[in-house]
Amino acid sequence: MTVPGVFGGPVRVVNLGLELFAETLEADGVEVIHVDWRPPAGGDLRLAALLAVLDDEAESPEAPISPH
Amino acid sequence: MPVRACVLTSSYRDSVVLMRVADEVRRRPGVREAALFMGTPANLALLEQAGLLEAEGRRARPEDLVVAVDADSGKIAAAALTAAQELLLARRHTRDGPRRARPRTLESAVRVLPGANVAAISVPGAFAGREAMRALRRGLHVFLFSDNVPLADEVLLKQEARRRGLLCMGPDCGTAYIGGVGLGFANVVDRGRVGCVAASGTGLQAVACHLAARGEGISQGIGVGGRDLSADVGAEMTCFGLEALAGDPGTDVIVLVSKPPHPDVLARLEATLAAVRKPVVVCALGLPARPRGDSVRWVSTLVDAAEAAAALARGRTWTSRPFADPRGARQRLDRCRAVELRGGPGILGLFTGGTLAHEARFVLEPLVGPVSLGDGADSGPPSHRVLDLGDDAHTVGRPHPMIDAAGRAERIAAAGDATEVRVVLLDVVLGRGAHPDPAGPVAVAVERARQRAAARGRRLAAVASVIGTPRDPQGLLGQVARLEAAGVEVLPSNAEAARFAALLLRPELAATLLGPAT
Repeated sequence: MTVPGVFGGPVRVVNLGLELFAETLEADGVEVIHVDWRPPAGGDLRLAALLAVLDDEAESPEAPISPH
Repeated sequence: MPVRACVLTSSYRDSVVLMRVADEVRRRPGVREAALFMGTPANLALLEQAGLLEAEGRRARPEDLVVAVDADSGKIAAAALTAAQELLLARRHTRDGPRRARPRTLESAVRVLPGANVAAISVPGAFAGREAMRALRRGLHVFLFSDNVPLADEVLLKQEARRRGLLCMGPDCGTAYIGGVGLGFANVVDRGRVGCVAASGTGLQAVACHLAARGEGISQGIGVGGRDLSADVGAEMTCFGLEALAGDPGTDVIVLVSKPPHPDVLARLEATLAAVRKPVVVCALGLPARPRGDSVRWVSTLVDAAEAAAALARGRTWTSRPFADPRGARQRLDRCRAVELRGGPGILGLFTGGTLAHEARFVLEPLVGPVSLGDGADSGPPSHRVLDLGDDAHTVGRPHPMIDAAGRAERIAAAGDATEVRVVLLDVVLGRGAHPDPAGPVAVAVERARQRAAARGRRLAAVASVIGTPRDPQGLLGQVARLEAAGVEVLPSNAEAARFAALLLRPELAATLLGPAT
């Protein structure tokens, strides 16, 4: 199999969730961007699940596959 | 007492930020309790239970932030609410400056950071699967810290990742080392030639730290989450990770850390292991001993995994030992036995690391008899009990105990009143992302437990190991010293700590575990 290119670095991180993890990566000199994430659909779990289904439908089966 | 609450609409903040602000507000004079929670039904129920929910808080929605304060007077409570809001605002300004806009979505973040190749996701589990899938579809490897992600989502995510040649590390992945970068709870260790695949964050941390203590480093540490070796997930990422490390020119030796694989998965795993043309050490905690293969060495503890890997990397032979320093352990035992322990016959393990809890149980059972895991009703008769306080059941609505030390500290102190407990067995986990001084609250709690036990005419022992390195922000040596000053017996590995706890109850095991006295 192909070895993931990220093994050789550099690692660039998109952080969603605990800000703490973005802070520790920054302190380590890692390129990181923290997303101002909020629960989708105002945190309504049923609506959020529907949004995930819409994501799936929007994603064409022939979507490009391009691992970093 | 006056309870005041305010609701900040559409103000999502993560649980660690909320814990930190609550801690600061709680320190204000006249404030008895402060709580900051997102307004999910589960969190509102917790606040109600704590008597901190009043009319204002009850109308909160899941995306709203509830700030609740119990104080000596209404005036103090109102001032504390204002202070909490200012602290929340100040934190954001400190990080970003008042004007800088943050991306609101993964897609816009990728536009801001071209070449982004890893998404680190720690949002609440119910929403994490969707974000992880979006990241994979944009070609990013995923480090998925979130727990409480549905199993069906995990299966889909890992299948999608493999199809795209990407890593999906998690859900419930505490730690990873990729390309020289530690993700999640990561100890500060050198890069090296040992690659790890781990179904356990603390397992990976322990192996990395034990390797560091032996002068070896990590090439890649691929976390896969605790369910990867289940029948449903089918070891999808474990096998993918092993294949990736097999082809990685920077990896000479591979370590696999897991719980026992589901029987249906074992054959696939062994086929993958057999195809690896590098030395492999497998630590499948709780799996009965397996014959040694040509290139696969099966071990039963985390420290043995690191020792075996270090020896293989250097072309040396290696044999498992119950104690690295039997003479030192014997002296320690003699010193402890000079003070008679009084109390019931039990060991109580209070762990922040799930794998460390499981490992302690597997080490203890052959030495002291049955050990129950968890504090449920079914965990009755055995006098020995081990709790994984990082388990999903203990972390709903609050940070992991490696970050939030308060919950475990209460349990340690309460052990002083538990007549069945004679030895408290603990882990202390250091590293980036973890509590800034985890030994501090443990030491204070052990002292309290001892006082409470003494008031009942009992005497407790506390035994611990510290997972960390001298370069961790908390500093390994200082943390060990802090525990020892509180009378905690600190052993160099979790397995040794468990064996030492067993020795305190059953000194007759010394001949077997420590060899003949000289």
